[in-house]
Amino acid sequence: MGPNGSGKSTLASVLTGREGYDVTEGEVIYDGKDLLELNPEERAREGIFLAFQYPIEIPGVSNVNFLKTAINEIRKSKGEEPMSSVDFLKMMKEKAKLVEIDPAMLSRYVNVGFSGGEKKRNEIFQLAMLEPKLSILDETDSGLDIDALKIVANGVNQLKSENNAFIVITHYQRLLNYIVPDFVHVISDGKIVKSGGKELALELEENGYEFINEIKENAEA
Amino acid sequence: MEKLFNQMENNLKENIIDLKDSNVTDLKKKLINEFQKFESSLNGEASSDYHQIRKDAIAVFEDLGFPVKRMEEWKYTNLKPLTDHDFHYTFENSSELKSSDIEKYLFAKENINLLVFVNGIYSSELSSVISNCENIFIGNIQEGKKQYTEIFEKHFSKYADFKNRSLVALNTAFSGDGAFIYVKKNTELKEPVHILHISDSEKENVMSQPRNLFIIEEGSKAEIAEDYYSKGDNYSFSNMVTEIFCGKNSMTGHYKIQNEDSKSYHVGMTQVHQEQDSNYSNTTISWGGSIIRNDLNALFEEQNTESHFFGLYLLSGKQHVDNHTLADHKMPNCFSNELYKGVIGGQATGVFNGKIMVREDAQKTNAYQSNGNILLSDDATIYSKPQLEIFADDVKCSHGATTGQLNENEMFYIKSRGIGDNDAKKLLLKAFVSDVLDSIRIEEFRNLIEEKLEVKLSEQLK
Repeated sequence: MGPNGSGKSTLASVLTGREGYDVTEGEVIYDGKDLLELNPEERAREGIFLAFQYPIEIPGVSNVNFLKTAINEIRKSKGEEPMSSVDFLKMMKEKAKLVEIDPAMLSRYVNVGFSGGEKKRNEIFQLAMLEPKLSILDETDSGLDIDALKIVANGVNQLKSENNAFIVITHYQRLLNYIVPDFVHVISDGKIVKSGGKELALELEENGYEFINEIKENAEA
Repeated sequence: MEKLFNQMENNLKENIIDLKDSNVTDLKKKLINEFQKFESSLNGEASSDYHQIRKDAIAVFEDLGFPVKRMEEWKYTNLKPLTDHDFHYTFENSSELKSSDIEKYLFAKENINLLVFVNGIYSSELSSVISNCENIFIGNIQEGKKQYTEIFEKHFSKYADFKNRSLVALNTAFSGDGAFIYVKKNTELKEPVHILHISDSEKENVMSQPRNLFIIEEGSKAEIAEDYYSKGDNYSFSNMVTEIFCGKNSMTGHYKIQNEDSKSYHVGMTQVHQEQDSNYSNTTISWGGSIIRNDLNALFEEQNTESHFFGLYLLSGKQHVDNHTLADHKMPNCFSNELYKGVIGGQATGVFNGKIMVREDAQKTNAYQSNGNILLSDDATIYSKPQLEIFADDVKCSHGATTGQLNENEMFYIKSRGIGDNDAKKLLLKAFVSDVLDSIRIEEFRNLIEEKLEVKLSEQLK
């Protein structure tokens, strides 16, 4: 969590390798690998997934074709055989149920003509299909009504396991009623300024980010 | 208005005359010589009306010569590399191509009419026609004009005007053979026609001048694919002309695919004449060849006609492809729609010049045109010129052109799902051109084109 402009989305971008960011200092070690050395597709193949704050529309590319290509590329990188069409379709049906997405939407072009809520649900659907180890949800709750929020949260909760982790970027405590975090970190000016348990989110909801200024002032003094 | 056009025509002629002297190439001289040989080989036919057209045409070519860049219509396309070569002109089939050589070009083995021309000359051994009956003739011009002399004379050289077009004149002068398709009134041609034009330069530089004539009469239907290939290590030059007559309420699907190699030159004119309620759809795909110039003109002579122009050019290396199109609305209530897309890499150049002409009487015209381009490299070039000339006041017309690179946000989104750089590009490029390929109504043909697209994109992105 953190106020606007504190660097939450920048963190997501840097972790997933978006162009336009220079990392001037520090390193990111993930599963023993230097993440910053890898390009975006290699990071994805290592199990990193970003649910976009603003999912991109890709006219002409169907969801089915897109995901099939992605899954098979990831399998190829692990030296596995491509998934059979039967298995793929079965998996699609299953995961579509998880985020209550209409299977008819999956034959449509990626995010084209989708409402804001549908786009976010489609992000979680892709997450479910690709089964990443580290998922970063960048303001997945923004623009969702309460029903859609529950569906998305429910999807995430079902996907959560001992073998994966989620970084959930949000402004609101509301989402955290449904996705209960193990840790809450507060970012400001690109740094973690406070960490705590789930109760920290409640505290922020109550008092806002005022305390950050206090921390800054103390630091300056 | 008439006056204005006449004036424009005269200006054009004067311009051409100015340029003429500097434009006497060896190839031109040679071709004029060849014409005399050609004439003497014709025996009886040399005194026919048909041959008079040829004589008029060679006079026009002699007068105009090869087009040069100083002409507005040829501003971006230089034929000098072509005219610098010497080409062997042949009137006889001396190629040794066998069925097994052309198998890879075919999209279907059954339910298809196949016409094969090698260096412009019909090969009856390689061709196979299944649909011919009382109402349908599919074959070559030589045979067609014997069987349907009256029909041939009624239509031949009536649409592709050569007065101001030197290369149409050259083709008309030498017009010996090509595909002849005649579908009589109220007949549906159920099996598509696949016309293979192969330039076989195995032995020497070759030149061919295919001349096709399609007559789809009132209430009839046909699907026709013209497919151009080249074979051999020498240079080849095709100067083709296709004339199409679309009768009242007829429906024609027409495809032209250019698969030639990097030592091939191709100049072509497709002229469509549309009568009332007719529907004509053209898809032109250019992904082979060194220098290509296509002209596609449809003339709406009667009301309520509909025509669709789709185009794709996928270029790499030093390829140069120039597409000129004209939708000429002369009568009211006609519809034309045009969509051309280009993917240009390497040091290749694309030219799109699309013109919609809405003449004074053409009220209630609906005319749309769009040209989109993706440049894959810093040295790729596109000259896009959508033109709209409207002389009527109650019309709906639009045109537009876009040129850009692959969208970075889309690229990142796709890559963030584990898809590599090349595959991400391929996915986006396939999506970009998909609406052009969707216009191909012969399913097996579209499948083959999609397979080829996959190969071409892989080569392009290598």
